[in-house]
Amino acid sequence: MIAFIGRRLLLTLPVLFGIILLVFTMTRLLPGDPCIAALQERATPALCAAFNQRFGLNDPIPVQFVRYVGDLASGNLGRSIQQGRDVADILVERLPVTLELTLFALTFATVVGITLGRLAARRRNSPADVATMIVANLGVSIPVFVLGLLLAYFFAVTLRGSPFALPPSGLLSAGIQHRDLAIVWGAEDLTGFPRAVLDFMSNMTIISSLISGQWEALVDGLRHLILPMLALGTIPMAIIARMTRSSMLDVLGLDYIRTARAKGASERLVNQRHAFRNALLPVVTVIGLSLGALLSGAVLTETIFLLPGVGSALFEAIRSRDYIVVQAFTLITALVYVTVNLIVDLSYAYLDPRIRLR
Amino acid sequence: MTADARVIEHAEARAPSSLWRDTLGSILRQRSAVAGLILIAVIALGALLADVLTPYGPAQQLTSMDGAARLGAPCVHLLGCPSDQPQFIMGLDENSRDVFSRVLHGARLSLVIGMATVSLAIVVGTLIGAFAGYMGGWVDNVVMRIMDVILAFPALVLVIFLATSLDALDIPVLTDRLIVAMLAIGTVAIPIYARVMRASVLSIREREFVVASRALGESQAGILLRRVVPNALTPLIVQGTLGIATAILEVAALSFVGLGAQPPAAEWGSMIGAVRNLVFSAPHLIIFPGAALSISVLAFNLLGDGIRDALDPRLNR
Repeated sequence: MIAFIGRRLLLTLPVLFGIILLVFTMTRLLPGDPCIAALQERATPALCAAFNQRFGLNDPIPVQFVRYVGDLASGNLGRSIQQGRDVADILVERLPVTLELTLFALTFATVVGITLGRLAARRRNSPADVATMIVANLGVSIPVFVLGLLLAYFFAVTLRGSPFALPPSGLLSAGIQHRDLAIVWGAEDLTGFPRAVLDFMSNMTIISSLISGQWEALVDGLRHLILPMLALGTIPMAIIARMTRSSMLDVLGLDYIRTARAKGASERLVNQRHAFRNALLPVVTVIGLSLGALLSGAVLTETIFLLPGVGSALFEAIRSRDYIVVQAFTLITALVYVTVNLIVDLSYAYLDPRIRLR
Repeated sequence: MTADARVIEHAEARAPSSLWRDTLGSILRQRSAVAGLILIAVIALGALLADVLTPYGPAQQLTSMDGAARLGAPCVHLLGCPSDQPQFIMGLDENSRDVFSRVLHGARLSLVIGMATVSLAIVVGTLIGAFAGYMGGWVDNVVMRIMDVILAFPALVLVIFLATSLDALDIPVLTDRLIVAMLAIGTVAIPIYARVMRASVLSIREREFVVASRALGESQAGILLRRVVPNALTPLIVQGTLGIATAILEVAALSFVGLGAQPPAAEWGSMIGAVRNLVFSAPHLIIFPGAALSISVLAFNLLGDGIRDALDPRLNR
């Protein structure tokens, strides 16, 4: 197992290197003198020469690349030209929102997708199966932004005044108090890294409301989260449902299932204990891969539902041509994606011992 | 008629079977493939006849027309809209343009975009894959690791990154943001086809019939074109069909965030992006282009799934 993990980690390194190299190359290719961008009207040739000297912009490109990697490792992602702030600061503020949204969407996609897929497989070719697969086919075909806008219209306008109406934008309603964890727990004089962690967690509205017992904010936050979660989670849900169905059908056709039935195991037991566990492997892979759809979709979902996450920051950066931010967020997203897929691969090996030996 | 004669007649009446006919037959037995084909035919017809079927031009502003209100809701005479009012079956948009005309013309753009980007990706991808598979060794390793890097990004995020970067580079030929978006989408799709082609090359090149044709003096290019490519065709067609769906979706998403087609163009994603703040007052501006977009994506997804089910021997239970 350790050898497998080691090999898998080693294979990830060139990919990580490639990702950073690609983003670095694009950064260097872009027009715009960094000196002029930083100093603006104060930039004179003499000052720029000193500036380039100071920040090593005259060094050979490989040297600059090594420094770039070093900067990344120490969390320096550059500075947003439009906002005049460090990208890392924007990230700490916005990442929690995206993480929470993605987490809920992924949970929704997994739970509903697996349930639907199993239902369809158990009653193959029944109306329930056909209906489920129609839903799944429609689900992968409707773009996130179309679904999001339609959900917002349906729940905020069509159902207005009914108990099912849901708010179409924002994290919390106006007037709902959500206090930072540092304040709730009386840790206001905390500084440095622990404080940053606490603030990071505070920005996950629902999770922080839950652990600090702010029930009003929790309920309101959940109501705001439902629509974005549905919009973002539908495509992965549909993919997972289809994969679960076909994987279950594959497994249910195998000999050992017949053996289990012949031994007199109940249909429930066969499905639960024998078939589902073995059908789970390809599903786990798809769950990992669907994170790509989630991260991509977060850009569109957060824009539509006005959530202050990484995705909407990326959207604003595109609109204002704030390239440094676009690059930094691309890099971070890719790193998250690669890491999660690494974890999925490793868990796959854990679930299926044969893979370790290959 | 004797029984023998009947058998002979029956045999003659059957069309001679060929590989292509059999393949087509098994595809047409798949319900999803047929549904996809019908939908694509309808969309393609709509796109081809857009000028004939629509009463107005896609960019024509009907501001001076009587009864044509800005953001006007759909008015269909058959559904009880007063017949003294002009008919707009999908309503009017924020610039008093006929949404039906724009949606239909949008089909043209989306189909062309989908096919063009996938063609680009298939051509470049198969060349790269064939090259890597044929060369083997470190060349193969380096090329495929580069492909891995592209696949390591969430697709849309990389597309956004490439499109913004290409846009910022101000390359003289690439002034049209739609072309930039298509290039980005095509590039991100290349690894899929490269992998398919490489796998095919690797599995074919040591087979007896390839060794035999090499012994008979067939050139490398001949082996590649006549032996390897036909064997890779099935997965390429399946991936390509599904790829068109993805490309249509991604172009629409890019246009929605403002990177692809630019506002006056009748492109579904950009139409939706331009009015997304009006969703609560004029939902028809989202519903119709959104439906057109979803149906197109659905059609190519269904066809791709159908072809795969028809041609994948493992699925013939």
